[in-house]
Amino acid sequence: MAQRKMIETLSQNMIEAHGLKRTFRARGKNIEAVRGIDLTVAAGEIVGFLGPNGAGKTTTLKMLTTLLEPSDGEAIVAGCDLRRDPRGVRRRIGYVAQGGTTAGIARAGLEITSQAELFGLTPKQARQRGEELLSALDLEDVWDRKCESLSGGQRRRLDIVMGLIHRPQLVFLDEPSTGLDPQSRANLWHHIRKLRDQFGTTVFLTTHYMDEADSLSDRLLIIDHGVIVGEGTSAALKARVSGDSLTFTLRDGEQAARAADIANTLAGVANIVTEANVLHYQIPKGAIVLPVYLRQLTQAGIEPIGAEIARPTLDDVFLTLTGRTLRD
Amino acid sequence: MMTFFRDSWIVFKRAIIISSQNPLWIVIGLLQPILYLALFGPLLTQMAGMPGFPPGNAWLVFVPGLLVQLGIFGGAFVGFAIIYEWRSGVIDRQMVSPASRAALIVGRVMRDIVVLFIQGCLLSGAAFLFGLAVPLHALALGLLLMVLLGASFSALSYAAGLALKSEDSFAPIVNTFALPILLLSGILLPMSLAPGWLQVLSDLNPFKHMVTALRFVFRDEIWNGTVLLGFGLAVALLVLSAWVGTRVFERQTK
Repeated sequence: MAQRKMIETLSQNMIEAHGLKRTFRARGKNIEAVRGIDLTVAAGEIVGFLGPNGAGKTTTLKMLTTLLEPSDGEAIVAGCDLRRDPRGVRRRIGYVAQGGTTAGIARAGLEITSQAELFGLTPKQARQRGEELLSALDLEDVWDRKCESLSGGQRRRLDIVMGLIHRPQLVFLDEPSTGLDPQSRANLWHHIRKLRDQFGTTVFLTTHYMDEADSLSDRLLIIDHGVIVGEGTSAALKARVSGDSLTFTLRDGEQAARAADIANTLAGVANIVTEANVLHYQIPKGAIVLPVYLRQLTQAGIEPIGAEIARPTLDDVFLTLTGRTLRD
Repeated sequence: MMTFFRDSWIVFKRAIIISSQNPLWIVIGLLQPILYLALFGPLLTQMAGMPGFPPGNAWLVFVPGLLVQLGIFGGAFVGFAIIYEWRSGVIDRQMVSPASRAALIVGRVMRDIVVLFIQGCLLSGAAFLFGLAVPLHALALGLLLMVLLGASFSALSYAAGLALKSEDSFAPIVNTFALPILLLSGILLPMSLAPGWLQVLSDLNPFKHMVTALRFVFRDEIWNGTVLLGFGLAVALLVLSAWVGTRVFERQTK
């Protein structure tokens, strides 16, 4: 009875997860890939799940899509209990894996039809819906083409067609734009946004690209080392980072290290990071600090090649929350 | 149960269409037994009648072995295909559909059965041209045994491929199992020619009994214990393989 009630109260949310955990055994040791995740996704939201490689994004996604049984925890996904009714979850969700969904030697139309049939559609319905989705994603005339003959961007959009063919209420996209050129990425983002606006589909996407998370998501969840370390809209998260983001390019790593030592003496400085000959830090009132700091560098005999001042990005948010950059 | 049959059919349909659009693999799979038939078979015709060689002409001895070989090898290498499909994301994609887990493997095994059956018919046709003379019902039993073996090895091969997920570890495993099975089953030369210790070793190999059974069948000696043993072993192997294959597919999400 209590169970029933919980499911009813959660039904306005597309995903409601509590304490999801996943432990792998490797070489006699238990590795905690995901160490207890709570998350809520409302119907109609586009939520970005952000974190560096190995943070536990894909493992979490695989649990939520029934591909991996959680070691512990509970979740209601699209109104079905993840542990007790995985088939119900599968019926209601779409999933686009990171590595693609189609066999290169198969024709696009065959992949679409066979996938649709597994969800109970007739071949005729599959063809009709498939063609509709293909044209919505600017993929006319690929029905009879082998998947391997499509360009990277076309094949990725075909993956999305595959994930949407049964009109799921909720779709999971794992790293949707990895490996695409900038133009294809922007095009894909446009299509993902259209999905939500036209069909009301809830979208849960993982990414390790800041710009993707920034421009696509209504709300972000930030994961690191298997736990969620930050949550909110992009703007709210950025507001938590104090001050501006300053970046300096120097002649070499040795100069960058010395410049970092000088930066360390500035009042209010945070998150000093050097990567090769590039130095990066955050500081309030960056525009006032910049000329002072440049003078200090000159006095120390360091001539920067370039200097840049910017409003904080999600990269800075990530750095503030986790102490490391997304590229680590 | 209905969904199992429906889903198996859907998975089968997709697989067989892909195979028919890429027929090169069917030809390549047939190449090995045809080469044996053309380049090795004639050697045996010289040996027929030697002491220790089973009764009947060389083709009655050799073609049953070739059919068993086609079944084993035709099935054993399909694991490469499942690794390819897994890497393309097809397996995960189908796993997130409501399809029955068993149907995902059974549909693929059904495709392999159809492909093997076509190859078996072509091989038998070629064997008739070389001089095989065998009643049709005996040939039908031969194709049945080949299909039983093919289905078993295909299920086991999918299981191994999906469990290992790497061509580099899958290939040595298949070869490690396939070569002793081949050499100890009397496919190429009857084990009755072998020294005592080798005969004992081959008696432990179930596939030897299947080859022997099929040789009896080709001589039209069907109702005896040897044939029953051979076919019984083939059916038992299929049941075991189907169970293993389904287990591995189900365990993917563990």
